[in-house]
Amino acid sequence: MTILGMTGDEAVAHAAKQSKVDIVAAYPITPQTIIVERFSKYVADGEVHTGYVCVESEHSALSACVGASLTGARVFTATSSQGLALMHEMMYIASGLRCPIVMGVANRALSAPINIHGDHSDMMGSRDSGWIQIYVENPQEAYDWTIQAFRIAEDKDVQLPVSVNLDGFIITHSMEGVDVLDDLAVSQFLSIREPIFKLDPKNPLTFGALCFTDYYFEFKRQQTEAMRNVQTVLDKVCREYKDVSGRGYGAFEAYGMEDAEAAVVCIGSTAGTARDVAWKLRTRGKKVGVLKPWLYRPFPAEEVNAALKHVKAVAVFDKAGSLGAPYGALCTDVVSSLHTLEQRPKIFNVIYGLGGRDIQPSDIELVLNKALDIAETGLVKEETMFLGVRE
Amino acid sequence: MVTLKELTTDELFASGHRLCAGCGEGTINRMTMKALRGPTVIVAATGCSEVATTIYPYTSWRLPWAHVAFENAAAVASGVVEAYKAMARRGVENGHVDVIAMAGDGGTYDIGIQALSGALERGHDFLYICIDNEAYMNTGIQRSGSTPHGADTTTSPAGSVIPGKPEWKKDLIGICAAHGIEYAATASPAYWNDYITKVRKGLEVNGPAVIDVLSPCPLGWRHDSARSIEMVRLAVETRYFPIYEFERGKYRLNLSISKLKPVEEFLKVQGRFGHLFKPTYRKDVIDEIQQNVDANWNRILNLCAN
Repeated sequence: MTILGMTGDEAVAHAAKQSKVDIVAAYPITPQTIIVERFSKYVADGEVHTGYVCVESEHSALSACVGASLTGARVFTATSSQGLALMHEMMYIASGLRCPIVMGVANRALSAPINIHGDHSDMMGSRDSGWIQIYVENPQEAYDWTIQAFRIAEDKDVQLPVSVNLDGFIITHSMEGVDVLDDLAVSQFLSIREPIFKLDPKNPLTFGALCFTDYYFEFKRQQTEAMRNVQTVLDKVCREYKDVSGRGYGAFEAYGMEDAEAAVVCIGSTAGTARDVAWKLRTRGKKVGVLKPWLYRPFPAEEVNAALKHVKAVAVFDKAGSLGAPYGALCTDVVSSLHTLEQRPKIFNVIYGLGGRDIQPSDIELVLNKALDIAETGLVKEETMFLGVRE
Repeated sequence: MVTLKELTTDELFASGHRLCAGCGEGTINRMTMKALRGPTVIVAATGCSEVATTIYPYTSWRLPWAHVAFENAAAVASGVVEAYKAMARRGVENGHVDVIAMAGDGGTYDIGIQALSGALERGHDFLYICIDNEAYMNTGIQRSGSTPHGADTTTSPAGSVIPGKPEWKKDLIGICAAHGIEYAATASPAYWNDYITKVRKGLEVNGPAVIDVLSPCPLGWRHDSARSIEMVRLAVETRYFPIYEFERGKYRLNLSISKLKPVEEFLKVQGRFGHLFKPTYRKDVIDEIQQNVDANWNRILNLCAN
């Protein structure tokens, strides 16, 4: 066992290095920059065989990644916020061309007003782009999921790009002890990419052809099917990773959910705080729990349904506004997952942390107490609450 | 210069595509394929050539070909070039693969100029061919940074006040040369051996190379589709489109014109300039274009003299 002190960004860079990526094409942006800086240094020091394409924009970053991925190479990139927004067009193309690119996303608020701190509005804006989305809680998870992401992306039943999302600054810049695998263990777990189709002079194929009304729909239907395959593949990859690392992952992590009457659903770093608060309340006999989806796309609807169906009141935390929508994105997905139940939990949405606004244990305690009240009375007074904002 | 006898009879660009009759792009694509020296990958930008040659489930390309988006052919090519190199470093034996990026003038002069500049600055070993038909023809003839002064397009329409596009064509070769690349050239498919020689040269350069090849568009230029090659010959004979190259810091004229024609000869046979002749003969605009042609020719002569 080797424990290294690393920030979330460093953990992602280290994982990409051990994953023996052929190409990194990336553009710096706060708070992702450390990832590309570390990787540039690996290249400069000859520690990797990787070609580092130091592009002039995020749009070109993902474009170069798509080109590289089509040759059969293993490809990694990283971005954040405005950079992700600039990639938006290419995100749909990367998934449509079935390029298993892995991208670290240091989640950050979108302009305007400009803000460099963490929230999920960047990736939530791309949630329908056909990328698998994983949200991590800390640098250890950032490391573990980056390695697992290549296996999931490159699986022949999936062949889709994956984003590993880590909260800007809270994870990207916080140093923690990260238990890393040795290089050989990672190589054995990952092996090299074996593409089904590639740009190969010996077997010439056309990629990115024009599809009209007669074929486009079938392509999109196949992509939907690939998304449906993700969870089976992810579960298998996570089981194998547990054998190697001792750390078990899956579509989500549940705490106290077996008997919870009130629960918090949240993604990313907030889950750690929420669990701590839930633990404290449970020691006082309160039946509360925390459900943290690691996997946000495809959304593990059936599992979320099973985990929440016995709960009386659920607070869904969204770290992004979905302006004009009935709820934030995560809450919308949770509500949809539960609509088949005859007896549904009472659900309310908590919009919090926009632009990196800090969330304290006392904030979460307030929400959980509110959820406990609702569990008792069955009355939701406020369907959407804005936590920690000046009204 | 190559001779006809030296050209391969292989046709890597198949007939049956849906390009318009008289379109220069089919001819240029076919000529480009005749200049290849080995395993090659084509990266194409969105545009006429892409939409007309790869309508799923058909393709005209008998070599690996990829289209990704409109503005990023150079960036995609960067990834392809570097990926083959990286995979070779980890022991995958593909041998050398040439990479050619192809885009129209919209994808090059305008929306793709940033990606092109970045790729040239980084120095990837690839050839970039701009198939320059001087407007956004794929979307129905809108002006681009390459559209000539005075041309009538749907977004620079000849009106009662403004006689076609007010601005002048960008100097693409100058922009590319300013990146310090080894090779950049203009070409016209009317001079097939000059073009094919340049494609081969561009592939042989160790680093980025750019060719801006003028492509006649019967629909957008509004000329008889049987006279396409004549149009791009006239473009050269009138010095409207000088054929020259920039090689390792030196400019060189490739085609000297023995019998110079006034630019009017080029303008009057194309509907896009028709408003300069009817209902009123716009001598002022035609003179202005002639002066610009002369000045550009002298500028290039000066570059070649140094």
